Amino acid sequence: MSITVYVPRDAAALALGADAVAQAVMAEATRRNLAVRVVRNGSRGLFWLEPLVEVETGGERIAYGPVAADDVPALFDAGFLRGGKHALRQGATDAIPYLQKQQRYTLARIGLVDPASLADYLALEGYAGLRRALALSPGAIVEEVIASGLRGRGGAAFPTGRKWQTVANAQGACKYIVCNADEGDSGSYSDRLLMESDPHALFEGMAIAARAVGASRGYIYVRSEYPHALAILDSAIGQARAAGFLGADILGSGFSFDIELRKGAGSYVCGEETALLESLEGRRGMVRAKPPLPAVAGLFGQPTVVNNVITLATVPRILAQGAVAYQALGAGRSRGTLPFQLAGNIKYGGVVEVPFGITLRALLHDFGGGTASGRPIRAVQVGGPLGMYLPESRWDTPLDYESLPTLGHGGIVVHDDTADMARLARYAMQFCALESCGKCTPCRIGSVRGVELLDAIIANRDSTAQIDLLRELCGTMRDASLCAMGGMTPYPVLSALEHFPQDFGITAQGGRHGA
Amino acid sequence: MPAASRQPQIDTLIAAHAQRPGALLPLLHAIQDTCGHIPPQAIAPIAAALNLSQAEVHGVITFYRHFRSTPPARHTVHLCCGEACQSMGAEALAGHARARVEQLAPGECDLQPVYCLGLCATAPAMQVDDALHARVTPEKFDALIEAMRSAK
Repeated sequence: MSITVYVPRDAAALALGADAVAQAVMAEATRRNLAVRVVRNGSRGLFWLEPLVEVETGGERIAYGPVAADDVPALFDAGFLRGGKHALRQGATDAIPYLQKQQRYTLARIGLVDPASLADYLALEGYAGLRRALALSPGAIVEEVIASGLRGRGGAAFPTGRKWQTVANAQGACKYIVCNADEGDSGSYSDRLLMESDPHALFEGMAIAARAVGASRGYIYVRSEYPHALAILDSAIGQARAAGFLGADILGSGFSFDIELRKGAGSYVCGEETALLESLEGRRGMVRAKPPLPAVAGLFGQPTVVNNVITLATVPRILAQGAVAYQALGAGRSRGTLPFQLAGNIKYGGVVEVPFGITLRALLHDFGGGTASGRPIRAVQVGGPLGMYLPESRWDTPLDYESLPTLGHGGIVVHDDTADMARLARYAMQFCALESCGKCTPCRIGSVRGVELLDAIIANRDSTAQIDLLRELCGTMRDASLCAMGGMTPYPVLSALEHFPQDFGITAQGGRHGA
Repeated sequence: MPAASRQPQIDTLIAAHAQRPGALLPLLHAIQDTCGHIPPQAIAPIAAALNLSQAEVHGVITFYRHFRSTPPARHTVHLCCGEACQSMGAEALAGHARARVEQLAPGECDLQPVYCLGLCATAPAMQVDDALHARVTPEKFDALIEAMRSAK
């Protein structure tokens, strides 16, 4: 009887040497003539422990991490195949407090299963949601999703069921399900983690959406910076098709739906849903004016559901277990859970899936353990490059879409007290200038002018007047841009200015240093 | 390989993709994966096959950072410049990286910024050709460049 050893293969584990660890485990097992089966699972999302090697013994999984290839012989010497003591031993994986304190709903399977194994997925409630959906009327599926309170996890937080209802009611020659997997926000990686660790959950969610709205074709638009996610999705789609979960006449129901994988090409703005549709149609990723909404006239002019990876991957369990269990979690109008992503200068970086309503302070300290550098946290950017910089006075607000409208995708980037907030504000404008699609003037030209103004402010050239101009410019960008790229770039800029005026050369009283 | 000898391959790819809806991006990816870049002489046949103007095809190639019109260097290094990597010293690392890569022979290594590799909890991150690396320090960067150069 061979012993099963899990060595993750998500992009972060690979970047930390997981392939070399897997090879070392196999080589050492061969050398010692031991029967070991190495499974390349996805990641549990506890990145400070990656590569996190797990051994299945005595009915549970024992974790060791972070493991380097050089550690492997010593782990064998320590009897790690039977859970033996070693400095890297973290105990039973399920009992690691970071995991135990979470409520994994959407990410329940990540790290548990081999993403290349359909059998693993099926053993853990896989495709149960689709089976239930096939037994329901399309209208009843939409009602179930509305009842769950699920809102779009890509950032806009639009009620998912309402969007589906609009598409279901729209007339069109054909309808599409488009998965937005263009996760470009720095600090966000939950889409990547889901795709690389539990790809079938995404297909299942898309198939349920298709059944609900009457779509026959789906696209997953994945950014080109995620080659590992693309490769895993590509092979998993083939398995799902071969097993009858995708393609013609799914599970003998008469319902047909298939998915095509599409690769982006390095454009951040293609994460905006209408730019993404343009890109799928083969054009520059130029944002479209709304209305019409994609739900009415989307891909190739047809009614289209555009949902984020996490949104779609949450749907199967809502269908399998019912809306009530999901709706019971959360705070206010933000129902369910959000996989928060701790990133940047953080000691225990990783994904923390908990119900809405947790405070930033709890995430930063109880989970994150403070900064990686050991210095005090100065500013936290929540929601990607378009999110606000929050100082300590704002960390006790419960996190939900109403109390923090820029919560976005739940990415949290931590900066220590060496951060220069004026430079980070300049970067926000520079990033907007670089990534603007160029269609609307406030974004295209405003971002360039924003960089120039911040250069002048940083160099202390007539700063008081420049800061007034910067505020005015931010107002124009916020109110007059066509999409969130130009419309939300003012958030990081103005929040940095408001909370850290000294970095812009302004004293607390509003005067200038050395002016 | 001289450009002219690639034409049959490009024609085959165009024929394979021309009928798909929204064919242009998948086709450009296929050409770049095969040729290493998108040769300018591919634009006219692509435009003809997809019923687009040459300006539209050129516009798409130049809009997307991933596509390139000239052959790449022997190696490509992508250094992540997102906020998460900046919070862990990516700017200083970028300065170090530029100075190091400048010492290499022309055509040996392209150093490119990338705006997020999704490795934000293990910053700063970079990619050397196809391989990802996390928690990169200047010392680790130098070691990776040496390993890259001696690999081929």
